[in-house]
Order: sequence, then structure tokens, then C-alpha cells
Amino acid sequence: MNKIESKNVHLYYGDFHALKGISMSIQENTVTALIGPSGCGKSTYLRLFNRMNDLIDNVRIEGDILLDGRDIYKKNIGMRIDELRKKVGMVFQKPNPFPKTIFENVAYGLRVNGIDHRSFIEERVETSLRQAALWEEVKDKLKKSAFELSGGQQQRLCIARALAIEPSVLLMDEPASALDPISTSKIEELIYELKTKYTIIIVTHNMQQAGRVSDRTAFFYLGDLIEYDDTPVIFTNPKDIRTQSYVTGRFG
Amino acid sequence: MTKQTKEYIAFWIFRILSFIVLAILIWILYFIFVRGWHMLSWDFLTKMPEDGMTKGGIYPAIIGTLYLVAGSMLFAFPIGVLAGIYIHEYTNDSKFKRFMKLMTNNLAGIPSIVFGLFGMSLFVKTLNFGDSILAGSLTLGLLALPVVIRVTEEALIAVDDSFRHGSLALGASKLITIRKVVLPIAMPNILTGLILSIGRVSGETAPILFTVAAYFLPKLPTSIFDQVMALPYHLYVISTSGTKVQESRDMAYGTALVLVLFVLILNLLANALRRYLGNKVKMN
Repeated sequence: MNKIESKNVHLYYGDFHALKGISMSIQENTVTALIGPSGCGKSTYLRLFNRMNDLIDNVRIEGDILLDGRDIYKKNIGMRIDELRKKVGMVFQKPNPFPKTIFENVAYGLRVNGIDHRSFIEERVETSLRQAALWEEVKDKLKKSAFELSGGQQQRLCIARALAIEPSVLLMDEPASALDPISTSKIEELIYELKTKYTIIIVTHNMQQAGRVSDRTAFFYLGDLIEYDDTPVIFTNPKDIRTQSYVTGRFG
Repeated sequence: MTKQTKEYIAFWIFRILSFIVLAILIWILYFIFVRGWHMLSWDFLTKMPEDGMTKGGIYPAIIGTLYLVAGSMLFAFPIGVLAGIYIHEYTNDSKFKRFMKLMTNNLAGIPSIVFGLFGMSLFVKTLNFGDSILAGSLTLGLLALPVVIRVTEEALIAVDDSFRHGSLALGASKLITIRKVVLPIAMPNILTGLILSIGRVSGETAPILFTVAAYFLPKLPTSIFDQVMALPYHLYVISTSGTKVQESRDMAYGTALVLVLFVLILNLLANALRRYLGNKVKMN
């Protein structure tokens, strides 16, 4: 079943045409990697799915994006933005925990969405931390500041924070690019496990990472979607010469 | 000249210039401490002025200044912080934002005596508050307003957007994001700036000249419609226009020292508070 569908999506930053008619559909419970050289539009495309581009001035978006068959940009018949963001969680490039305790970081999304039942929050915090493979490391210091964690732990905390409100889609914008190799492999294992419950879209600059974690890969170049196929196909038998050049490291 | 020599000379020019700045500051403080130190006593701080302000203390001026500072902040803090939040968090239109910035900067550049005249005309006369703590506080508050707005803006600019995005991406509204994430992070800087602006307000003379300050009033105010004495104006009076300027020299230096110590203590307090809150923010 198609979890997300985008139909002929254009995006302009002022006069700059950043996305030139992107159409692709993403299946439920799969990992989709968005790859391409810097400035190709892959991060911009990712940020369409939870409407983070709305925060930038002078952005114009055309086309349709459907989540579970509902248009997320149509004001009247579509989905409210907070409702959308509850369904579509996001993990950013740089770990960005709030200056709060570990517990409050994970509880934040529940609290701001109007949940204040204490035992429910406690339960959900523990579940989310377990899902993010962080529980064992932090269970004795939930009241400590999130800033005391290492970078890799902070990033897993941010994943737990996103999972706490039970989204069905998880967007990851180069989630491991600021981390060391061990933390990176932990995040990758995590992505693999989370796939059973979530639809994951990940932007990455790291070809090996895309190859390891994703089922499908989309190659972007200068605002165009050049090729979108099963990951092994993209890496071993791409149809477009540009895709081939990129994945083999001839430009980037 | 070799690269190293140039580097060496540049380094020493920078170093000497910074030492000059430091030296001037120390000189001023030394000057005031040496001349005013022997005046400091419990009596000086807690007694009314006596004998044409050549003897006694400066109690009413201290109390007056405290009232004025508190009053002006009560006015300027909420309005300034809310305006700063609005300008930085809610205005997307960069033209409007630039205009607001220009206006607050202009407001900050207006000479304080002009604020004094404006305060007299608006608060004392038109609104009929008379020469009063209320009129003086509001005038001082107006003077502090652009400082508070700018401090708030700077503090908000210093909050990394990743915190805002993190919160919004979890479905939080803008208001909740500001209240629960942005403001707690910005608060130490806002409060520090606020305390520093108190330092500025407490030393201002011109705005209170026509709006509240009393030449000689050896009693404490009983309502916000009373006049009060204030430290900077008292200092001005006894060093230039009193009846016995020579005899009250020591009183003047004592007053100056109290004023300087007041500002110094406020600055230290601001520092301590920033550090304390900075640690606390991480913990909540």
C-alpha cells in the first residue's frame, strides 16, 4: 500500500526552482533513501512531508502530496499541520535535544499535544527509549540533563522523542552525519529495526549507508528525480548514466 | 618588514589599547573610591540629609532611586520583552522587521533630556500625574524600552533554530514552542540584559529632572504620586547648584560611590544570575 504519494511537486525558493515536478510513491514499512549531490533538493523534498519548508520565507509549493490518501497541503479538505506532524516525526542532522531532562525531552511531544496523564507518559517514555535502544544507558539518569549525553546518545534521544507521539512516518535528515562510526552503526541498526513499524525516509550523503539501510533509493540531481528504484538496482544496475556516475563516486 | 614583525607590532598595539581602556576604568573607580570611601557608613546610608545637605545621609535618595528603578522596570520589562518576542518570532516580513529595528535603534539614540521633556509634557502635564514617582518611572521606562527590546531580540537570535524546529516538528504550536523551549533558553540572557539596563536607568538624571526628582525632600514617599529624591539628581544638586557646594563635596563623592557600587553590584548580580540560570535551564 502507498503510504505517501507525491504528484508533480514543484517548489520554489523565491525565483529559484528547487524541485522540478517530483512524482514518486513510498510504500508502507519500507526505508527509502534520498541521495544526490549537495543542493540537489533531497532535503527540501524530505521537509515537504512534515511541512517544515513552510517556515521559510518566500517558498511556493505546487502539486499534491498525499499521506494515507489525504492531501497534506490542502487547507480545507486536508490535514491540520499539527495533526500531520504527529503522524510524521522528524530527526534532524544535528542532534537537537531540548535543554531539559532526558525524561522531559521524550515527554515533550506528548505534553504539547495535550497528554498529561502521568503514568501514561512514564510508560510511553520508557517504551520510546527502548525502541531507540537507549533505555539501558539512561534508565538511571532520566532526571539528568540531556546535554550530558554523548552526541550519538543525543541523536537516539531525538529518535525516542520523535517516536513518543507514535508517528507512522519517520523522516531522517542525514541523522548520522554528525556522529562517529560506532554511533552511526547503532543508528543504522535502529533504522533496520524500526522499519517493521514505521515508514522511514532518510536523506544521506553516505552511499554505503543508503545501501545498507534502505529498500528503495531515489537519486536527485539539480531538482529533478533522476531515478527511483529498488536499492540494489540503483547501486548495481542503474538505468541513468548520472545515477551510475554518482553512486560510483565519479561526482558528488 | 617581515610577517612576524608586523604580527608582533599589531599584537602590541591591540594589547596597549586594551590596557588603556582598562586603566581609565580603574582610574575612575579608584578616584571615586579614594574620595568617597571614608563617607560610607551606616548613618550615611540610612539618615536624612542635614545642614543644607552638607551632613547626614542620603537615605531618601537611595529609596527614591530604588522606587524609580522598580517602577520603570515594571513598565519596560513586560512591554519590551513582549515587543522583542513579537519582532523576532512573529514578523516574517523582513521590511517590517527592519523598520521596527530602525525605530527601536532610533528610540535608543534619542538624548535622555528629550525623554525628560516628553515625560513632563505627557505624564506630568497632559495625564496630570504631577511630579511623581509614576511620571518619573514611566519616563525612565520609556528610556529603557529600546534597550529591553534589543536585549530580548539578541537573546532570541542566540537561540538556535534547531530547537524551534525540533519543537514544531513534534506538533507543538508556535506559542508553545516559544513558551516551553525558546524563552527558557533565552531567559538568562534577557534577565542579564534587564539588570544591565537597570544599571543604566538608575544613573540617568535628565529624564527624572522634570518628572519626579526633588531638590531636597527629607521624607519618604507614601504613594506613587509623591515626589522623591534620587541618587544621580542628588549628586548633581550637591555638586553644582546647592547653597554650600564646597562643604558638601564629601557628600557628593559619597553619593557617587554609592551609585557606582549600586551599578557594580547589579552587574555582578547579572553575571551570577546568568550562570545560575544557565545551569538550571539545562536541568529542566
